[in-house]
Amino acid sequence: MKRTEPFEFYQPATLAEASRLLKENGPGGRFLAGGTDLVIAMKEKGLLPKYIVDLKRVPGLSGIRENSDGTITIGALTTMYAIETSPVIKKKYPFLAQSAAEVGSIQIRNRATIGGNMANATPSADVAPSLIALNATAKIASADDERSVALEEFFRGPGQNIMSADEILTEITIPRTGAQLVGEYIKFSPRDMMDLAYIGVAVAYNLGSDKKCQEVRIVLGAVAPTPIRAKNSEALLEGKVLTEELATKVGDEAAKESKPISDVRSSADYRRAMVGVMTKRAILNAAVGPAKSWLDRRDRRY
Amino acid sequence: MKKQVQFTLNGTRVNREVPNHRLLLDLLRDDIGVTGTKEGCGTGDCGACTVFLNGKPVNSCLVLSAELEGAEIVTIEGLKIGPELHPIQKAFIQDGGAQCGYCTPGMLMMSKALLDENQNPTEDEIRYALSGNLCRCTGYAKIIEAVQDAAAMLRNR
Repeated sequence: MKRTEPFEFYQPATLAEASRLLKENGPGGRFLAGGTDLVIAMKEKGLLPKYIVDLKRVPGLSGIRENSDGTITIGALTTMYAIETSPVIKKKYPFLAQSAAEVGSIQIRNRATIGGNMANATPSADVAPSLIALNATAKIASADDERSVALEEFFRGPGQNIMSADEILTEITIPRTGAQLVGEYIKFSPRDMMDLAYIGVAVAYNLGSDKKCQEVRIVLGAVAPTPIRAKNSEALLEGKVLTEELATKVGDEAAKESKPISDVRSSADYRRAMVGVMTKRAILNAAVGPAKSWLDRRDRRY
Repeated sequence: MKKQVQFTLNGTRVNREVPNHRLLLDLLRDDIGVTGTKEGCGTGDCGACTVFLNGKPVNSCLVLSAELEGAEIVTIEGLKIGPELHPIQKAFIQDGGAQCGYCTPGMLMMSKALLDENQNPTEDEIRYALSGNLCRCTGYAKIIEAVQDAAAMLRNR
């Protein structure tokens, strides 16, 4: 395996300093979070950063916070394993914890961070569809500015996001959700572990005692240059009583809304067909309740 | 493009200058000469290079040495308890949990991570915990047996 080439290495203690380093040193710099994408890109894909700015010495960027207004904030340097095992996340958004658990191995998830994963903007990122289904926002900071954007608007294409080089994703916030929120994330991949999603489907909606689905969000991963909402499919389910027949129709619509490519993992046609099937199952599984174990999570895809 | 870092390796303090780009795996094996940790894929897929970094199992092939200031690292060499092999090591020997042995250090470290949290894991939980550790000899059945026996040894201690 190829080794990484020499580079300058900075460990700033504040966000402003981190941002300034990128601004002042110019092109060729990269922020480092967990390194599970960056170091692999340097070893495998010939990426040669001139300098690396490690964000892990900036205090306050990691951890999961339940705010008094019912929102939840996840610091950008929070690891996937911390999200997967967080009591708060598991209780309120079990499907988000599950989608974090779908990433790589435990070793990878102990390093990989949610901020790094979003900033890296891989179309197949497992956590992105679930977060978009939860209407999450991303806070972005630079030395002299700060802004919030809907995560849905954050991605621009494979490896591309809306941030400029000196901007840093600092946290993800999930707005207050209804007590009747249900959801499901299905990662579809022939391997149980250690593979990228062929497709990913996240579904979230409020399921009232009248059995009607409200505030439906259906988000697809790995079938377009960015994670995408399947808005026509959402509209089909909105306000309706869930039946298997309706779930099938919604799935068919989601397949039409997907824009997959053919690659080494799968043909576009197969991906499109599986979007239909997995969207239907995600909608139905969500109504049943969270998966009990990883085996349950795996088996109920089929 | 070098950095002075201080960290502990298996309980011993290390203070040395490291090239920024040196991977933890290479620092351990080539620079320090602690060679129990193995390189398999080099891209975080196989788990052969698993070490504990600040108490958590990670792929040392993806950690930059420049990040190590203040870190606490435990490798397979640090698994034994005094002069005694760790029960996980004893169980792997007893059950034939190693064939060619190349994945074994990573398997042992990951088993340790699992058993630290859960002293009575089911087979499914063991498979889940070891899903990032590949055995090219495909000796998984014996490995899982060894983890179960190690768990029993630890419970009866």
